[in-house]
Amino acid sequence: MSTDKPIDQVEDKLYGMLAEYESPGALIEAARKVRDAGYTKFDCHSPFPVHGIDPAMGIKPTILPLITWGAGLTGTGLAILMQTWMNNWTYPWNIGGKPLFSLPMQIPIAFEVTVLLAAFATFFGMWGLNKLPQVWHPLFGNDNFVKKATCHGFFVAIEAEDPKFDAEGTKATLEEAGAMEVETVRYKTSKKMRALPNGVVAFIVLSACVALVPFAYIAKKRASKSDQPRMHIIPNMDFQTKNKPQTASDMFEDGRASRLPVDGTVARGELKADDHFYRGLQGGAWATEFPKEISLSTETMDRGEDRFGIYCSPCHGLTGAGTGMINQRADAVGATATGWVAPSNITQEAFAKQPHGQLFNTITHGIRSMPGYSAQVKEADRWAIVFYVRALQRSAHSTIDDVPAGEKPAIR
Amino acid sequence: MSSAETSAEALAAREYFKGISDSVCGIVEAEKAPKIWLPAFAAALGLTGVLVVSLYVLLTEGTGIWGNNNTEAWAWPIVNFVFWVGIGHAGTLISAVLFLMRQKWRTSINRAAEAMTIFAVICAGLFPVIHTGRPWLAYWLLPIPNDMAIWPQFRSPLAWDVFAVSTYMTVSILFWYMGLVPDFATLRDRTKSKLKHTIYGILALGWRGSARQWHRYERAYLIMAALATPLVFSVHSVVSFDFAVGQLPGWHTTIFPPYFVAGAIFSGFAMVLTLLVPARAIFNMKHIITDQHVENMCKVILATGSMVGFAYGTEFFIAWYSGNAYEGFTFLNCAFGPFAWAYWTMITCNVLVPQFFWFKKIRTSPFVIVFLCILVNVGMWFERFVIIVTSLTRSFMPGSWHYFSPTMYDASIFIGSFGLFFTLFLLFLRFMPMIAMFEVKGASHHAHAGVKHH
Repeated sequence: MSTDKPIDQVEDKLYGMLAEYESPGALIEAARKVRDAGYTKFDCHSPFPVHGIDPAMGIKPTILPLITWGAGLTGTGLAILMQTWMNNWTYPWNIGGKPLFSLPMQIPIAFEVTVLLAAFATFFGMWGLNKLPQVWHPLFGNDNFVKKATCHGFFVAIEAEDPKFDAEGTKATLEEAGAMEVETVRYKTSKKMRALPNGVVAFIVLSACVALVPFAYIAKKRASKSDQPRMHIIPNMDFQTKNKPQTASDMFEDGRASRLPVDGTVARGELKADDHFYRGLQGGAWATEFPKEISLSTETMDRGEDRFGIYCSPCHGLTGAGTGMINQRADAVGATATGWVAPSNITQEAFAKQPHGQLFNTITHGIRSMPGYSAQVKEADRWAIVFYVRALQRSAHSTIDDVPAGEKPAIR
Repeated sequence: MSSAETSAEALAAREYFKGISDSVCGIVEAEKAPKIWLPAFAAALGLTGVLVVSLYVLLTEGTGIWGNNNTEAWAWPIVNFVFWVGIGHAGTLISAVLFLMRQKWRTSINRAAEAMTIFAVICAGLFPVIHTGRPWLAYWLLPIPNDMAIWPQFRSPLAWDVFAVSTYMTVSILFWYMGLVPDFATLRDRTKSKLKHTIYGILALGWRGSARQWHRYERAYLIMAALATPLVFSVHSVVSFDFAVGQLPGWHTTIFPPYFVAGAIFSGFAMVLTLLVPARAIFNMKHIITDQHVENMCKVILATGSMVGFAYGTEFFIAWYSGNAYEGFTFLNCAFGPFAWAYWTMITCNVLVPQFFWFKKIRTSPFVIVFLCILVNVGMWFERFVIIVTSLTRSFMPGSWHYFSPTMYDASIFIGSFGLFFTLFLLFLRFMPMIAMFEVKGASHHAHAGVKHH
């Protein structure tokens, strides 16, 4: 077909020879004879798959199962990779402490994706190998074929392009094979007829444009700002008739939605009736003894050192002399001039004379610019800190004579 | 065999093939539908309207309009989901499993059964989506990148469900459409109307019955059947995992996958018979969907119904044999607790009713068959109700025990889903070939006319 022909010049072309046979059995016999006669470009047509026609025509097994197999394996691999990537790598998801990767939990989805991809490959692979969809075929121009081929007729068609094709000889072969009727199939074609009609092209272009509108709308919305509130799809879920914390309410006299507990309410475990342990008071005065809950042991001392190191040493320093990092920094930037209250040297005698309860109270509530530590340090730990501070005070004023005789060589 | 004999045989075969095309295409080509079609369609469309209105109320009011609450977070919506998915399974079983088993009688019913599958899965898919409460966010179930940089949690059987049901839906549609293509070609070649010729022509993809195409087509059909067979078993197994992987007594059972699959086939076949026994009478298809085919389906119902009954017995036995107090309580509560009426409805409809199919007289009386099949579907709905609602109303904490009562909207959405199902099915009967013509032709003895045995 040369390309320089005018667009609507109609050519009358020969497709080939079409023969009708009376039964599926006759079709098989005819197919075998046509094949034995050496034809290669021929096909049989029947309203249902005729069993036994494949060997008669010499049809080779299709590669379709291989395509299905490949797609299925791809599906298995992709599904396992997807689940591992999504739940183990980009977003490691700890579910009840189970191992991040485990194959059994991936099997259901791996199976489904395997079937899905295999089915897609089979479906589209089959149509692709069959060169369908096909808008038009020369045989559709033959009335007898159209009337019977998908209903009750059995046909053999030999194409004119077959090297063995010649009008007389081919007709004879088909008739010898038992044809009820043999016809020559001609068809008309032109460049215009082979092209898509303008209406169809316009429809495709138009629908492609229309299909892009929602995406364009979303893209515009994402890239622009608006002072309108967000759209409320279900208003009564977004605006519920209920009180939220820290909001106003007309329902109560004091106008607030959050209600206070009844006067004198005490939460479980929060009664704190023991003045000595919780407030450092004994008979209304600062306690001079440690409460009975605190054992004056090495463990308590270690605990006190640990808590002191965390909460107190940043200001008071590890020795309690008031030379912690924060104070050093304050000195370095000259903060004292602008109102910085330096942390006390708690090893001074004035502090050493304070009762245990008073030190406990200072840790609990703070003093001057020192904040209270009741939120961070529990009562028992505060007592442990007091215990440790006592040790610091003692060590700050000790001499070599205070060291037990047995330990002296270790210090020197 | 003399040539005269061959010709007579060939003539009979051609008459038969043409007869099949005439009677099946005749339904689609007829100017007017059978008298009962229009009122039936109007009723179905009306019920679909009920569904649409109920869904509108649901979307604007929220899921509070249902009877669901903290104790029964899963109630009718999930019962209906499992019910419809189960119905769908018979279609795939008939088209794929019976195909692999070379059961030729399936050819008369597989097309309609596959259509039923697709419509049932559409109805099924509706329920979990609306049960999420915010269906417009249902795409969060899919593994697609989002602003929260979060992915589905693949250890959850609910995520498996999304994959299983959507794969099932997709493969069912592909399989169904593949089977329809040669029949669309028949309709295309018969029609006189230019519009119908164009529509059927597009749907038929240019099919012309070439032997080389048939070869690949048949292979593809076989592969699809081989893929759909394990798929259909996997789908209801995965649905059962939604329960079995949970820790609630009454759900946490290893028997669930086979028990659910048997129940699905059971309910699906009952639905096929409910639809096809009237349809074959209305559309004069008794020579294609024969009494023998109906009897075969009744036997399948009898067999699967007995399997389901056996599963109920096994559940009870294991509840006792496990020595687990919670398990034991749950089953005693099922049978004798506040929902005992639901349990005994289930036992009556699912275990006792199918036993009538032992009698040939009943297997051949259309009205009795349809009546019994409707009872079976009622029973299968109650099976899911018993599993979901009865177990949830009496869970570990007596403080949260509760008696479930549905609301009007629970009922209207469920009934409306039947409207959607029947609307789609009636449209299918009217505008598509309800019987796989090429398969019926190929499976008949006429397909061997004139074949010489070497």
